[in-house]
Amino acid sequence: MTTTTATTYSYTPGFYAGDRPRIVSSRFEFEDSFTLERYLATDGYAGLRAALAKPAPAVHDDVKNATVLGRGGAGFPAGTKWGLTPPGVFPRYLVVNGDESEPGTYKDRLLMERDPHQLIEGCLIACYAAGLSQCFLYIRGEMAVAQERVAQALNDAYAAGYIGKNILGSDFSLDIVLHWGAGAYVVGEETALIESLEGNRGMPRLKPPFFPAAIGLYGQPTIVNNVETLANLPWLMRHGVDAYTAIGTPTSPGTRMMAVSGHVKRPGVFEVINGSTTFRDLIFGEEFAGGMRDGHELKAFVPGGGSAPWFVADQLDLPLEGRAVGAAGSMVGSGAVMVMDDSTDIPAAALTLTAFYAHESCGKCTPCREGGTWLMRILERVVAGHGTSRDLDQLIQVGETICPGDFPHASSEALGLAAVPFPYKMTTICFVGPSAYTPIHSALTLFRSEFEAKLMKRTFIPVAAASAPSSLTAAAAGAHS
Amino acid sequence: MTATETPTLDDVPEPAPVDPNAVSITINGRAVTARKGDLIIKAAEEAGDFIPRFCYHERMSSVGMCRMCLVEVDTGRGPQLMPSCMFAVSADMKVYTDSPIAKAAQEGVIELLLANHPLDCPVCDKGGECPLQDQSFSHGPGESRYVEEKRHYEKPIPISDLVFLDRERCILCDRCTRFADEVAGDALISFTHRGNLTQVNTFPDEPFASYFSGNTVQICPVGALTASPYRFRARPWDLQEAESTCTTCSVGCRTAVQSTRDELVRYQGVDSDPVNWGWLCDKGRFGFEAVGSDDRLSTPLVLTADGHQPTSWNSAISSTVRLIRDALTAGGPSSVALLGGARGTNEDAFAFARLAHDVIGTPNVSSQLVDGLPVGVLGLPRATIDQAASAKTIILLAPDLKEELPVLYLRLRDAAEKKRSKILEFTPKGTGLTRYAWRTVYYEPGTQAEVVTAALADPAIAAQVASGDVVIVAGRANLAESAAPTVAALSALTKALPSALVLPALRRGNVVGATQVGVRPGAGGLDSRGILEAAASGAIECLILLGSDPLSDVPDADLARRALAGARRIIAIDTFVTASSSLAHVVLPAAGYAEKAGTTTNIEGRTTALAQKITAHGTARPDWMIAGEIARQLGTELGFTSVAEVTAAIATHVDGYDRVTADALAADPNGVIAVAKHIDPINEPTVTLGDRNAYDFRLVVSRTLYDAAVGTAHAPSLAPLARGAAVFVNPLDIARIASAIGADVTVSSSKGRVVLALRADPSVQRGSAWVPFNQPSIGAGSLVIGDLIDAAASVTDVRIESL
Repeated sequence: MTTTTATTYSYTPGFYAGDRPRIVSSRFEFEDSFTLERYLATDGYAGLRAALAKPAPAVHDDVKNATVLGRGGAGFPAGTKWGLTPPGVFPRYLVVNGDESEPGTYKDRLLMERDPHQLIEGCLIACYAAGLSQCFLYIRGEMAVAQERVAQALNDAYAAGYIGKNILGSDFSLDIVLHWGAGAYVVGEETALIESLEGNRGMPRLKPPFFPAAIGLYGQPTIVNNVETLANLPWLMRHGVDAYTAIGTPTSPGTRMMAVSGHVKRPGVFEVINGSTTFRDLIFGEEFAGGMRDGHELKAFVPGGGSAPWFVADQLDLPLEGRAVGAAGSMVGSGAVMVMDDSTDIPAAALTLTAFYAHESCGKCTPCREGGTWLMRILERVVAGHGTSRDLDQLIQVGETICPGDFPHASSEALGLAAVPFPYKMTTICFVGPSAYTPIHSALTLFRSEFEAKLMKRTFIPVAAASAPSSLTAAAAGAHS
Repeated sequence: MTATETPTLDDVPEPAPVDPNAVSITINGRAVTARKGDLIIKAAEEAGDFIPRFCYHERMSSVGMCRMCLVEVDTGRGPQLMPSCMFAVSADMKVYTDSPIAKAAQEGVIELLLANHPLDCPVCDKGGECPLQDQSFSHGPGESRYVEEKRHYEKPIPISDLVFLDRERCILCDRCTRFADEVAGDALISFTHRGNLTQVNTFPDEPFASYFSGNTVQICPVGALTASPYRFRARPWDLQEAESTCTTCSVGCRTAVQSTRDELVRYQGVDSDPVNWGWLCDKGRFGFEAVGSDDRLSTPLVLTADGHQPTSWNSAISSTVRLIRDALTAGGPSSVALLGGARGTNEDAFAFARLAHDVIGTPNVSSQLVDGLPVGVLGLPRATIDQAASAKTIILLAPDLKEELPVLYLRLRDAAEKKRSKILEFTPKGTGLTRYAWRTVYYEPGTQAEVVTAALADPAIAAQVASGDVVIVAGRANLAESAAPTVAALSALTKALPSALVLPALRRGNVVGATQVGVRPGAGGLDSRGILEAAASGAIECLILLGSDPLSDVPDADLARRALAGARRIIAIDTFVTASSSLAHVVLPAAGYAEKAGTTTNIEGRTTALAQKITAHGTARPDWMIAGEIARQLGTELGFTSVAEVTAAIATHVDGYDRVTADALAADPNGVIAVAKHIDPINEPTVTLGDRNAYDFRLVVSRTLYDAAVGTAHAPSLAPLARGAAVFVNPLDIARIASAIGADVTVSSSKGRVVLALRADPSVQRGSAWVPFNQPSIGAGSLVIGDLIDAAASVTDVRIESL
């Protein structure tokens, strides 16, 4: 029935098992984790059976009581979100946000590549619980393997009767539509994703309405959930609310997938206990990233995907929890930690991130469209060694047209800086514009000397010397700078 | 103190009623009252605090793209930076439009907008009236720190036949693209690329061929969009302007007529809330080219043995008077007939009506050309455009409004799109509004009365029309049938829906005004068809053509030709030498649009002031003056020496115009509704449909926006836009004809035979064939479609055969 995909990895970001609860990554260790056979052999679709055995409102209540938080970045409880749809309006849709494109984030990709059936089962449970009529699975354009494996899994699940009419003999029916994105960062924003799904330009919708739960896809009530959020549901259904809330903290129960990249010994995706694990555990823990490369020290890290303000070693003992990280001047965001060691060229690293956001601007808001590219141009000049001290001031001034007022940043004992808490004010509709400025602001605040070291050194010829051509060589040799 | 001096309840001033929609807010520390639902940007403007903006446009939805209107708003949670075009006022809101943070945001946006703007203001048409220029001065930082190279694009690129796009100047405000999508329904321009390379463009090989493209040029807040008729013709500070009304069709859009050095160079739409909301169609907007045409008639002409010769006004008027006197001698007053008047002002029409009815004494007067409806349609309870665009049900028994009354199309489309109204359309062929109609009921030409009756019996339709107010838009959808089937259908509708209001969809600029002020048949008089038939039979001694061209405009071409050949004397008052006026014994040059003041009346009866902006071409005179001169030489003074006196005379003498005074028109630029109260009802017509025999297609002929009419043909920008003559059939009928799409076919009726190219069009119903009327002829000697049409027959059946 299942055919193994011909695509193979040349390099797989690793998953490293430890002695920890595994809610969503339990099958990652199997070579054939993505097949229906393996899935069925490892409790596959048992969660769906458990859910279908109960009335839908009871399943919804389970999700509410378990406080399954959204894993896309905002951390909004999924059960509460499902309840926001206006009663009696049909059809209503589930849209799965598989457009994971935040720099450094690749947890959803693995969940789709390694365990597509778990996601499908999660979709089925969500649609059953929240009374949703159809499911749209939106997968990022660049994730070819994920697209292929989810497509295969959908075909297999349809053939086996897990999707379609009268699922498992019940009167619950559902269709899941697979949609491949065309490659745009901003489509990760839920309203832009809906626009893209409708066939329009991927641009964020205007707010209000603030939530697509009221008016979403094709003008109907729509729930947009992240891949990881839905992947939690089969386990929750199998093991119950108490088992789920026993893991993690009361406000952030369960586990969370964290992608670590950069200068660590073992970059990869790790399922960590929500709320209590610290950045130090994640970066230096033996069962996680395993510490910095030998002979190098931590210089800085980005705690929550490319758009988060940077942290330094001072913040290592913060837990991976939204409120604590926010107060310290950044955000947990999409679950991506990018680690930079002492070999990092900080201005160049900032430029890489800024260039990404400038390139990904949809072009709607003036400050993002014009400001993002302008920031990139100035920073390019600085990194190339042609910058002046005025350019550094100007980076901040241009950034202030995108984010007026105080901008969040981490504290630093060495620099005597106090933290400015998240969030910031912004002149744009969505976060792409401010994200182009964030790496520059963090880098300039925490590592200004590195920028200054790159500035152009002007060589002045003294006036008296300049008037005497014969002494030009001598004057230049003893130049003032 | 006596009891009578005691204050009574009546003496206590009543407290002012509390407006339930009033919301108290604070703007820059000043308490003001705004209306619930108003956006902050609008409330602030009304309170006198202008918030700078580029993408915000009152007639379109807000998009919050340019971020220019950011202000600080405190709703109790501390000041937040908010785009004021996106948020409505709420009670006790505090708005700071120029706080340090708001100012920094606004200055930042201006600097960012100018970063990649080419600043080629000295060669930009917009320079001098440019919102970007103005707001850079009023709200900008004063200098730029941008030293990087600017974006470069090829400039300008044509996006349609009329509009050029300069992507370097564009600030991506989404106004033009939003207009095309939201207002016009022609989403042919859109954003392409993204981020810093975002640009407006058309889809490949799909030009921005919209009838409303000129509006995008007007609402562009920079010089990115320019229209070819105005490009490089004037600088804004050299323009003089007068507010007027467009008379290209009978919707009556308000315009600003702009001229420089006594030459018209541009019309801009003026936002008239009850009529055009600021929009114009391209035909109206660019029609000024015809006024300034070199082909305009500049001196009177008299017919001699050597053809038309220029002459003086004195001798031309004497000749005219002699022609009329001779006709009166030969055939009496009723042998004189007047056709036309719908192209001029109310004053022109009134003066000629007085001349014809009172001085000459003929009842044979008509402002229509066999292509309208009986005068009685103006006696039905009249709707305004606002009433139509807010009615629960709009019933269309009308020609394609997008082609004939384009801005009415915009208003009704808006009503349907915003779900205020449901459109129930009866049509022989798909129209521009079919896409937006709740129900479209197609009928075979001639059968509309039965189809309407049957449709009203449908439970869903009956429930819809019973659910609220109904406005019927009534006009001639098909020139290949007589008015009778439409009149029969209209009376079926008005009988079934006695409280329905009617909006007449008559097309010519001032046809309603001319008819109401007296250019209509008197007692026992002939209508336009009767006049032409009488002329053809030799009963008309003198035919006065008042700006009318029967040879081009009468659907029955043969009747028109016979009439003009049969009329013994022809007097033409016209702006151009047309097919008909070239046969006239005397041609008197008339002042054109914007060359004379006066009033005009639109389909609603709304009478507005027309402005004179330039001096008349050559020695041309306004029609009312010509009528007065002829009347005087015939021995009767009409009694007015200025246009103001004619306007006053209309107010005094014409039924329904008593409120149309100079003061009233000056006080309200939106005009005064004037509806004639005493108009004879329409007679119930009889419709006879012949047997089709071998004539297997029933003909639909209707007008398109661009055709071969003088106003279009003499406007160089518009003339090439006429689509050309062809016969359109349903794609499924192509096989029946045994010919190929694009090939020439013969179309023959009992009246005649023409050769036309065959085209497929799915909006044409099976069994019918559609031919656009009065298109520029393709090839020499080709016959006109009117040769197939018999004005006396209810419908026209044709046979289509491959050559």
